Formats: sequence, C-alpha cells, structure tokens
Amino acid sequence: MRHLLGCADLSATDAIAILDLAEEMQQVQSRPVKKLPALRGRTIVNIFFEDSTRTRTSFEIAGKWLSADTINVSAKGSSVSKGESLRDTMLTLDAMGVDCFVIRHPSSGAAAQVASWVRAQVVNAGDGQHEHPTQALLDAYTMRKHFRSLGNDGFAGKKIAIVGDLLHSRVVRSNVLLQNLLGGEVVLVAPPTLLPTGVENWGCQVTSDFDSVLPEADIVMMLRVQRERMAGGYFPTEREYTAGYGLTEERLRALKPGAGICHPGPMNRGVEISSAAADAANSLVLEQVASGVAIRMSVLYHLLGSDEGAMR
Amino acid sequence: MADPATDTPSPQFSRVVADESEVARALTRMAHELLEANHGAENLVLLGIPTRGVPLARRLAALIEKVEGRPVRQGELDITMYRDDLRANPTRNPGRTAIPGSIDDSVVVLVDDVLYSGRTIGAAFDALRDLGRPRAVRLAVLVDRGHRELPIAADTVGRTIQAADDERVAVQLAELDGTDAITITRTGKES
Repeated sequence: MRHLLGCADLSATDAIAILDLAEEMQQVQSRPVKKLPALRGRTIVNIFFEDSTRTRTSFEIAGKWLSADTINVSAKGSSVSKGESLRDTMLTLDAMGVDCFVIRHPSSGAAAQVASWVRAQVVNAGDGQHEHPTQALLDAYTMRKHFRSLGNDGFAGKKIAIVGDLLHSRVVRSNVLLQNLLGGEVVLVAPPTLLPTGVENWGCQVTSDFDSVLPEADIVMMLRVQRERMAGGYFPTEREYTAGYGLTEERLRALKPGAGICHPGPMNRGVEISSAAADAANSLVLEQVASGVAIRMSVLYHLLGSDEGAMR
Repeated sequence: MADPATDTPSPQFSRVVADESEVARALTRMAHELLEANHGAENLVLLGIPTRGVPLARRLAALIEKVEGRPVRQGELDITMYRDDLRANPTRNPGRTAIPGSIDDSVVVLVDDVLYSGRTIGAAFDALRDLGRPRAVRLAVLVDRGHRELPIAADTVGRTIQAADDERVAVQLAELDGTDAITITRTGKES
C-alpha cells in the first residue's frame, strides 16, 4: 500500500493486519527502551492545516518510537499564511526529501489531491468531512479489545451505534467503511438535519430515535457537537439536542450491560455526553487515546517499512 | 495437473538427514550442554526466535525442567523490526515478542532452527539491547549449515551440515508441521 487516504482504500486483510500489528506495537509502550529501529532514516512530516493535539502528537510519538525523524509543520505561521498555495507548499517540502506526509486539512479530498502531486507517501489524518482513517482504526482496535475482554472475538453480529453530528463528521464515514470490512453492524443515530446526503446508500441502518437503540447496542460512539454549528440552525438549542441525542445519565442506565462507550474527543461534557457516561466503568474514551499511538505505529510501519511500500 | 502415471516426487531432490528420534536426541544433548556450560539452570532465560525457534525453546525448557526439577523461564523474541534487509523486502507483519520478566543479569539463550548467514542472530542482539542487559547471551541452534556472513558461532548445535549454496536446509517440527525432521532440498539455484 502506498498511501492511506481512507478506509475506502483498505481490504479486510489490510485492516486486520494493521489491528494485529498494533497489538505488538502497544507492548513497546511498556518497554524500558521505547524504540524500534524499523523506520530508521525515514523522514515523516506532520503537516496540519487544522488544530489538533491528540492526532498530531500521537503521529509524532509513533514515528519517533519507530526511529523515524518526525517534523511538525503547523500551517499557522508558515508560508501558507503568506499566501502560498497548498500545491507549492507541498512540492517545496517534497523537494527536501521527505518520505511521508501526515496531513490534516479542512477540505475534503485534500489528502488525495496532495498524494497526486508529491513523490512522498501520504497518510490522511483527517480531510474536511471526508475521512479520518486512523481514528476509525483505533476505534476498531479499542472495540475489539473490549469485545475480547467480554470473552468474544470479532465484530460479527456486533451492533455499533454512532450518534450525533454525522453531517460534519469525517470519523463516521471512516468507521462505516471499516465496519463494512470487519463485519460489525453500524446504526447511525442523528436528527434528520444532521444526516449526510446519500446516507441511505451507506449500507447501514439510520434512525433518529436514540432511545430505541440503547438496549441493543454493543458500542455507543458519541460524536462531538461542534458549537460553531449552532449558528447553522441544525438544531434549536443545546438543551434540546441533549434531550434527544445526548448520552445522559438516564440513557446510560438503559444501555445493555457491558456496552462500551466511545468518543473520539474532544468531549463537550453535558452536551453530547454526560460526565457520568464519560467517566463510567465501561467508558473506553481513554483507551481510545492509548490505542492511538499503537495504531499509528502500525500504519506507518505498513506504509514505510519496506521500500516497495507494499502491504502483504 | 500431474500425470498419475508419472507421479514421482518433484524433480527437486529432497532428503531427510534427521528424523523424529534423531531430533529428539539432539535436543536432549543440547539441553544438557546448556546446563553444563551454565552450571545448572540458574538465571537461564530461553528465547525462541519465530517461527521455529519458539517451539524449540519450549522443548528445551521442558527438557531442562525434567533434569533440574524446576521450571526455566522461556519466551519469544521477534526480530523482524531489527532486520538489516527490512527495507529490501515486502512488508511483513512481525511475530510476537513475549519476554518472561526482566532479562537484566540473566543468561539469555537464543534458540533458532537453522544458523546460516548469522544475520538473524545479529538482529537479535540489537533487539535484546532494547529489552535489557543480560549477563551473557548464548546461542542454541538445531542446525548449523555454515556460510556465515557475520562473526557469530553457536554455543550448542544439534547437527552440523555442510550444505551447498544451492541447497535449502529446512527444519520441520511437530508443533507446526505435524512431524519432526531436518531435510536438505536441492533448489538448483544459488541462494
């Protein structure tokens, strides 16, 4: 595999290979020397045109633990703010001999566009409302671990509810595509105003009734409600949104025992998720963060481990 | 499709140089040699290198336990990430690394099936360095087939075989292959 632009590019074999290797990579976190020599001499540039702490940091740590040289470029204060085009910025960096770009950009399709310009390999760390493949992979990794802790393996027959602002979310599309490969059954829950167009072709169940989903979901994944969307008139008030689609204390009690709670962060406590749910015993939020480095190590190894850039 | 009338073994020449009982005898001797050199099982940690080093380390550990009457620590050490030819080959998913506790100040015995160029063992030294500082590192291999590319020698060897460059020496183990054997196959091409 040359680039990771989205879960749409993955096969089931690729996805499982990435999840399996991440388990080995997670062991590195507990070793005295947190370093593997696999990517020695490779240069990875993290270029983020949107703010991000956890994704950028975990990509940086992942690259460093694999002995690659990682460099962070923030678009703020760069020549981008002086009016340079994306293409010129990327070609300039590419000419310096970079092996891999990890890119986040507010426009959908930016990562694929960049991949068509540069010689280096490209990992999409979130492009607009399109995809965020490593987030979906770490979600799947966390879920698989949770299912295993309950004594069953695999995603077959598991119901995964994704709740909230699906319209502006890149995480949801990546998760749906990935679960189509892994065999989990996705239920999308959102007010009709926050459903993406064409959602009926995604091959998953769609509902606006959160309460009906609660007793049967094995995972509930709450998506952040972006406060800046309020102005768009997608829902009347924050309180009304919470009443219909928030994981309140009351809904927490209605969940099936052992159901895992996910949130890609950052959380708006009291809006889409109550503190009781965020800090519940079956909340997987911190595990998701912990899995982030291991998944990104696995992805970088699969892309850059061999000169052929081929995934077996 | 093969013609049933000429259903002979493939044109490659394959011969078995050690069968199940010979493999068993070799391993028993190796276990004793390790114990003798180490003056007992004190501080020993047996680390098998995947794939076939892992069951071999398990068997040696069981044999040592039988002699000494107490269990010896044993685990797996994957060296994929440390290979010097990692970039030249298609991406492969590494195996498992499972170290039984700390290896600091222990005597680590690396266990592998075939010792050839020595590069795998060279990579294993690098891998060990990231895991701790053993008091000593020893090497146990079931087959030494010569043609070293690095200054590495085994401390205990099951069988020394003078194999030519165009021959493949393979170890089969019951745990993975259903049977125990050491075979030499003429491949007809220089490796």
